[in-house]
Amino acid sequence: MTENILVWVEQRNGQIRKAAGEVLFEARRLCTGSGGKLVAFLAGGNVAQLAATLARYRTDKILVADDPSLESYSTERYTEALVCAVKKENPRYVMAAHTAMSQDLIPRAAARTDSACVTDITELREENDVLRAVHPMYSGKVLGVFELTSPLSFLTLRPNVFPPDLPDEIHESEMEQLAFNPAPVRAQVVATVASTGVKVELSEAPIIVSGGRGIKGPEHWPMLQELCDVLGAALGASRAVVDAGWIDHQHQVGQSGKTVSPKLYIAVGISGAVQHLAGMSSSKVIVAINNNPDALIFQSATYGIVGDCLEIVPKLTSACRTLLSES
Amino acid sequence: MKIAVCVKSVPDTEAKISILADQLTFDHAGIKFITSPFDEYAIEAALQLKERYGGEITAFSLGGEEVVEVLRNTLARGVDNGVHIKDPEFAGADPLTAAKILAAAIDGGDFQLILCGQQGVGGDNSQVPAMLAELLDLPQATLVVALEIEADKFKAHCEIEGAHQIVQGTLPAVISTGKGLNEPRYPSIKGVMAARRKEIVIKDAAALGLSGQLTASQRKVKLIALNAPPARPSGKMIAGDPATQAHQLARLLREEAKVI
Repeated sequence: MTENILVWVEQRNGQIRKAAGEVLFEARRLCTGSGGKLVAFLAGGNVAQLAATLARYRTDKILVADDPSLESYSTERYTEALVCAVKKENPRYVMAAHTAMSQDLIPRAAARTDSACVTDITELREENDVLRAVHPMYSGKVLGVFELTSPLSFLTLRPNVFPPDLPDEIHESEMEQLAFNPAPVRAQVVATVASTGVKVELSEAPIIVSGGRGIKGPEHWPMLQELCDVLGAALGASRAVVDAGWIDHQHQVGQSGKTVSPKLYIAVGISGAVQHLAGMSSSKVIVAINNNPDALIFQSATYGIVGDCLEIVPKLTSACRTLLSES
Repeated sequence: MKIAVCVKSVPDTEAKISILADQLTFDHAGIKFITSPFDEYAIEAALQLKERYGGEITAFSLGGEEVVEVLRNTLARGVDNGVHIKDPEFAGADPLTAAKILAAAIDGGDFQLILCGQQGVGGDNSQVPAMLAELLDLPQATLVVALEIEADKFKAHCEIEGAHQIVQGTLPAVISTGKGLNEPRYPSIKGVMAARRKEIVIKDAAALGLSGQLTASQRKVKLIALNAPPARPSGKMIAGDPATQAHQLARLLREEAKVI
């Protein structure tokens, strides 16, 4: 059975989100297996040129909704555009990265089309010709395996989990403008304000350095930030220090914060409460630095150091700096 | 102002989840159920709006007996009415089914604002608020960390990766609440006493006009199995003085794990 896939490609400020690229690569793999067609769908204002760059993900077709009314995001208008694209292409699956914006858009589109929806997927596998989606539940203590039984299903994939492929710079793809009539909307984005104090954003960061109670106080964030700068890492934090007011909650990793899957997660002075592990246990390599040898975090760690993080982190920063300057 | 709040009863985040032999459910014995943490912000937002503009708040919760304590606790904080939606037909509802059930319960209630936590902790789907908005044909704002209501308009700060989007829209609307919106209050003793006298209205599939419509076999998403995650391979502890440890770690990250 040919199973066409339509990917909603999230862009911001004229840039394709890294996580959207991962979804395109995964969709390509599935289409190659099934013989289905890969359609990339991009919506926005003045995005035609950006859309053309999507061919490098080996798309069969690029569908663009390029309209001034899509310049700023509106749930209703984007839902309308996405559903219009879905009706036109009639895919078996609609896929997107699991992001804040897809949490707003994808379930709404799924409800409008009365379709299956599984979000925050960490694995897709075909069993007996049926696609099964794995979604971590209960703080990652359980993996739910779901089967999608409607003719159309919406799937969002966790960033940093599905491996990127090599782009194909010379691939050519059909491109088509989606005819779309913007109707009035009742709510829309009127401004976007960049968060202050965020150098590298957490959810798509390849490396994260997180601090907990063990860093002793907010005066030691610069110590962690320096390690972040050397590694190109994002700065994370445990719930305990967010609740203590040491740092803004947008840095929080864990159940009531962000779920992350970087290739490297360095937990500094974090004991490893279940609620923290929930947010980072799908990281590929985990480093734990903690002065308590019995800290739970060591059970999840790939590498562990028992010791005073205030002493170790600066030395780690300089060791990494030296190593990285050698290459 | 009439406000609806959707609350979900979820296992305490520290609870150990033991998957039962059917591989589809987990053992509820000994598990403490709590209000899903994101719903606490929804409840608090409703209470603050009521304090400012007056009105009435109704909490809706879908589930079995584990819901009762959560609804009592919600009422104890100052919410006026509690609706417990329960029916064996609704067991194991996926998000779209849950949204349809909640929409049926909320529709026609003349609510100006419908507040939900951004996700039910545990299921972690983050789907119901947007689905509910669609089914009720209302505008929405997701992952809201600041909210202003003025007459029939709202202004919401929605958290996205690395930024806030400011969404303006008209009421009625569905708002999904995120951490940072407010500091949820605890119930007062007086509130707890008052809550005991409040009646929790029970609605089943028949009362909602949904009999036989949303049963397990009609759902679009089927849970095939709950599996335990694969255990992480045991790690390597790095010994030595701090300088040796730091140097060793940097080298392992580069040469063995190849992640820096």
